Amino acid sequence: MSVLKSNLRTGSDEFRANAGLTRGLVSELRERTREAALGGSESARQKHTARGKLLVRERVELLLDPGAPFLELSPLAAYGMYENGVPAGGVVTGIGRVSGVECMIVANDATVKGGTYYPMTVKKHLRAQEVARENRLPCIYLVDSGGAFLPLQDDVFPDREHFGRIFFNQANMSAQGIPQIACVMGSCTAGGAYVPAMSDEAVIVRNQGTIFLGGPPLVKAAIGEVVSAEELGGADVHTRISGVADHFAEDDYHALWMVRRIVANLNWRKPAQLALQAAEEPLYDPEEVYGVIPADTRKPYEVREVIARLVDGSRLDEFKSRYGSTLVTGFAHVYGYPIGILANNGILFSESAQKGAHFIELCGQRGIPLLFLQNISGFMVGRKYENSGIAKDGAKLVTAVATVQVPKFTVLIGGSFGAGNYGMCGRAYSPRFLWTWPNSRVSVMGGEQAASVLAQVRKDALEAQGKALSAAEESSIKDPIRRQFEFQGSPYYASARLWDDGIVDPAQTRRVLALGLSASLNAPIRDTRFGVFRM
Amino acid sequence: MFNKILIANRGEIACRIIRTCRRLGIATVAVYSEADAGARHVRLADEAWCVGPAASRESYLRIEKIVGAARASGAQAIHPGYGFLSENQDFAAACAGAGIVFIGPPVEAIRAMGSKSAAKALMEKAGVPLVPGYHGDEQEPAALQKRADAIGYPVLIKASAGGGGKGMRVVERSADFAAALASCQREARSSFGDERVLLEKYLVRPRHIEIQVFGDSRGKVIHLYERDCSAQRRHQKVVEEAPAPGMGAERRAAMGKAACDAARAVGYVGAGTVEFIVDAGGAFYFMEMNTRLQVEHPVTEMITGQDLVEWQLRVAAGEPLPLAQEQVPLHGHGIEVRVYAEDPDKGFLPSIGRLACFVPPEESAAVRIDTGVEQGDEISPHYDPMLAKLIVSGDSREQAVERMLQALAGFHVVGVANNIEFLSRLVGSGAFREGRVDTGLIERERDLLVPGAAPAPAEAFEAAALWTLLQQRQAAQQQAQDTAERWSPWAQADGWRLNGVARRQLHFRQAERDVAVGVQVDGAAFRLAVGDAAEERIAAAMVDARRLRIAAADRTVEAFVEPVGADLHVFLRGQRHVITVVNRLAQASAVEEDHAGLCAPMPGKIVALLAAPGAEVEKGAPLLVMEAMKMEHTLCAPGRGKVREFLCKAGEQVLENAELVDFEKFEQ
Repeated sequence: MSVLKSNLRTGSDEFRANAGLTRGLVSELRERTREAALGGSESARQKHTARGKLLVRERVELLLDPGAPFLELSPLAAYGMYENGVPAGGVVTGIGRVSGVECMIVANDATVKGGTYYPMTVKKHLRAQEVARENRLPCIYLVDSGGAFLPLQDDVFPDREHFGRIFFNQANMSAQGIPQIACVMGSCTAGGAYVPAMSDEAVIVRNQGTIFLGGPPLVKAAIGEVVSAEELGGADVHTRISGVADHFAEDDYHALWMVRRIVANLNWRKPAQLALQAAEEPLYDPEEVYGVIPADTRKPYEVREVIARLVDGSRLDEFKSRYGSTLVTGFAHVYGYPIGILANNGILFSESAQKGAHFIELCGQRGIPLLFLQNISGFMVGRKYENSGIAKDGAKLVTAVATVQVPKFTVLIGGSFGAGNYGMCGRAYSPRFLWTWPNSRVSVMGGEQAASVLAQVRKDALEAQGKALSAAEESSIKDPIRRQFEFQGSPYYASARLWDDGIVDPAQTRRVLALGLSASLNAPIRDTRFGVFRM
Repeated sequence: MFNKILIANRGEIACRIIRTCRRLGIATVAVYSEADAGARHVRLADEAWCVGPAASRESYLRIEKIVGAARASGAQAIHPGYGFLSENQDFAAACAGAGIVFIGPPVEAIRAMGSKSAAKALMEKAGVPLVPGYHGDEQEPAALQKRADAIGYPVLIKASAGGGGKGMRVVERSADFAAALASCQREARSSFGDERVLLEKYLVRPRHIEIQVFGDSRGKVIHLYERDCSAQRRHQKVVEEAPAPGMGAERRAAMGKAACDAARAVGYVGAGTVEFIVDAGGAFYFMEMNTRLQVEHPVTEMITGQDLVEWQLRVAAGEPLPLAQEQVPLHGHGIEVRVYAEDPDKGFLPSIGRLACFVPPEESAAVRIDTGVEQGDEISPHYDPMLAKLIVSGDSREQAVERMLQALAGFHVVGVANNIEFLSRLVGSGAFREGRVDTGLIERERDLLVPGAAPAPAEAFEAAALWTLLQQRQAAQQQAQDTAERWSPWAQADGWRLNGVARRQLHFRQAERDVAVGVQVDGAAFRLAVGDAAEERIAAAMVDARRLRIAAADRTVEAFVEPVGADLHVFLRGQRHVITVVNRLAQASAVEEDHAGLCAPMPGKIVALLAAPGAEVEKGAPLLVMEAMKMEHTLCAPGRGKVREFLCKAGEQVLENAELVDFEKFEQ
């Protein structure tokens, strides 16, 4: 049978307890997201709007088609970092439709430290460009930034994945035919000047936008010339004299209107490459998934209950359901798009790893996008499994995951530990998008496990010296490790550092996934050539 | 009985005559001008003949063309409707000459009643009471002034050949007489080609009550009771009803007898109307007799249950009157309103344009619509701007009034300005409800009846916002249907946001104020905040293309929304609100233009320039007079300023929106 039958007892105490807990996590997530979305301080925002400028999220809202969805990326970037002073990393990024075209929008928030680039700002900007490149999304840069945050210049400027990479990406995306559009709505100083200069088409706002390599203070210091910002690199100068920008806008509204016109004239076509079905809601309410997630992250749970609340008509055509049952594989549809699903339902054994590799081969062959639902504590350990070559079976899965060319999407719906993270398409395996649930945990192994391993190592060392480890000593080793893993394994810690593209409300996963899936179809799905599978 | 007739008219009356003919099995021949080739009466008739270009005098008034069409089509008779050739004795004579029955009175009766002065002399002889006045041939201004002074003011000056309120002036004092006379003569000349006038005592707070009469070829004349047409604006009837409020059996009999006497005096055959002016004390005086079917005849049909067009056809075919006087039923109450394409806020200027939306209330035994237009039709400046007549009946006057208000609330017209709301306010006013209507009521209550654009209630902005939001959703989904990704999650314009909600502002403008509506999607519903008001959760769905069902926590209401350009015409709880959608982005791109000039409100002819170029004038100073649709309109200074230059000259024909005056408005 392909229609999943839920065994969830929604009236049970367990369900209610789970649901209550998850709801708490979700409301915490929404609250933290809301706070970050405010941007800079009240006074910074007032100062900004007093100058006749729109706030960054108002700009995005007006740029988008009326009522269009906006798939924001990493809204909690830099959360808890830099003394929690750079909300959303100081830049709003995300995918939204502009004039009917799915675009990547990168918009500086000048109310946050003048829109300057912190290390996480750079990382978020580059990640947005990576998403744009992989999925072939036209890029719109709403520029309002003072450039690099100078006190942290060593973490912003010199390295390969630092500030300069922004322009490298612009040049190369332009070379690949991915439109680069800049709208200068504020400062665009020094390196930042290259954002409009490297764009295919650029708009600049009168009396607000400025573009120059060196601002008036630097010019005065360097060559003694006294010049106003407007004379040095204002909208009139750049659209009439220098040609650095192309379109002269009266104000923010006018500028956004011009950008919408530019996108309307891109002649952008999305290739049709999947056999679509009519979209259908799942048979079960996606919110019921709150009650599926157990309070204890270490407790396994039936992943089909999640899939039943995620896919069209709750239909999953399972592949090899009787074999390697700790990994559920099968074909389903989300919003009418076909998708192949790999979902953990326990730890990985050789059979489950082989089955996963086989299934990925099928999807690669057929051009079907892949969804990985991660809830994995790792591969099975012990002599029996090592001797029978679980490492080479794990390698098969990792090879398949790494080399398959169809769009991949990963959602951390529970734990993500160790090599399981690799085999299930962790961040290092370049899924097009990776999202996490607020209950998820990511680390090299579970905190308890790590504490035990370290305590065991210490115990063994002491035993070699003929000593024993006291209970007090054991907990003095274990407790800090547990605390560290708990802190660093939190999805907020992960999301702040851009290890994912955002924490999502489990009940919204279906929509998030569908938006990402649809956006990914802007890029042609290439043929796969797998690497050598160790047999 | 005839088996084929020609209808020498257009618009609602042509359609209404066709309706009766069809019921009686009589084939109909329509005539039309080039401008009316696609008109409703042409579509409804069995056959139709083009009789010339748009201008009436070159088409609907061309006697030989129309008689020719009748002969060519084999029509046995011609129904002239009202207006046009209906009271033209030459036409009646031409029909007779061609062997075609003219459905109307004998030529002599038309002639006798055609000149108001002659008619009054005749009536005096027949013993019908007359208003004191002067109906003589002396037309010298000085002599007329003397006569007017003798009658006593206020005095009414009327074009002898006039009708329908055109060429009429009320003069309050002797000093104003000369100017009013000149203006009246000018209008009489242009409208009727005859500048002769007559004078009458002008009664204060008079009522206009008319009697429907019918005569047959056997010399029998009866009446079908009265109609009260006191609700008038500038002598144009606006609302008509029957029976007249406060009419007793005795006075009805007296007036009926006087009317029948008047008809008999001219050997009347067919449908006619004898108009009386009635003073506050109930004394009535003969005003004139209309030798045709009246616009307002349906109210008589409502209370008598008779089809007056059928009566006309039977009498014209030589049959006797269907009923004897005592057999004519009288039950209930009928009210008619005339829905005009005119703008009450701009002094009732006729409005032209395309009927983007024309949705009358549903017809029933008690609600009747007579119209000559359909949605999508063009209202041209060539003809009378009446869109429809809405007629209701009730067991009592109160019931008829309520029914009328309900019907008007369900009458949705967009594309041309119209008087529907004005009619609602009039019929719903205390004076009308109480039957205290005289011919000056509308002028006196002008501020109440034409309050100008008032701030719309929050609910109207909610409707505008919801309509906009649902349209955006629909448009996005429609667009998706045209692509390969028909179910794309991107095409759902639900403002989806990751872990949050999108807050948007929709901007509107109405009655010269800006109103922002905060919008937040909440599941299948919306949270709306109009201006500074508290947020309200509202669900909305389109019932059909224009009807929007709005469900808030404490109420459910239906709005009807029609967009015209950037404007939304929101019909809500019997009110219409014109709300402009402000698109900030599009607005930013529009180049602002300052039009200091004064433009023609409609196509027409410049009659006179009233200021000298270079003159500095006060606000409201008359600058020029133009004539359009046979009415004179004065363009006044919009503020204190200077007339730089006139961009037109007297006698010139100008188009709508043509700039006429280069006017420099001074800063305050």
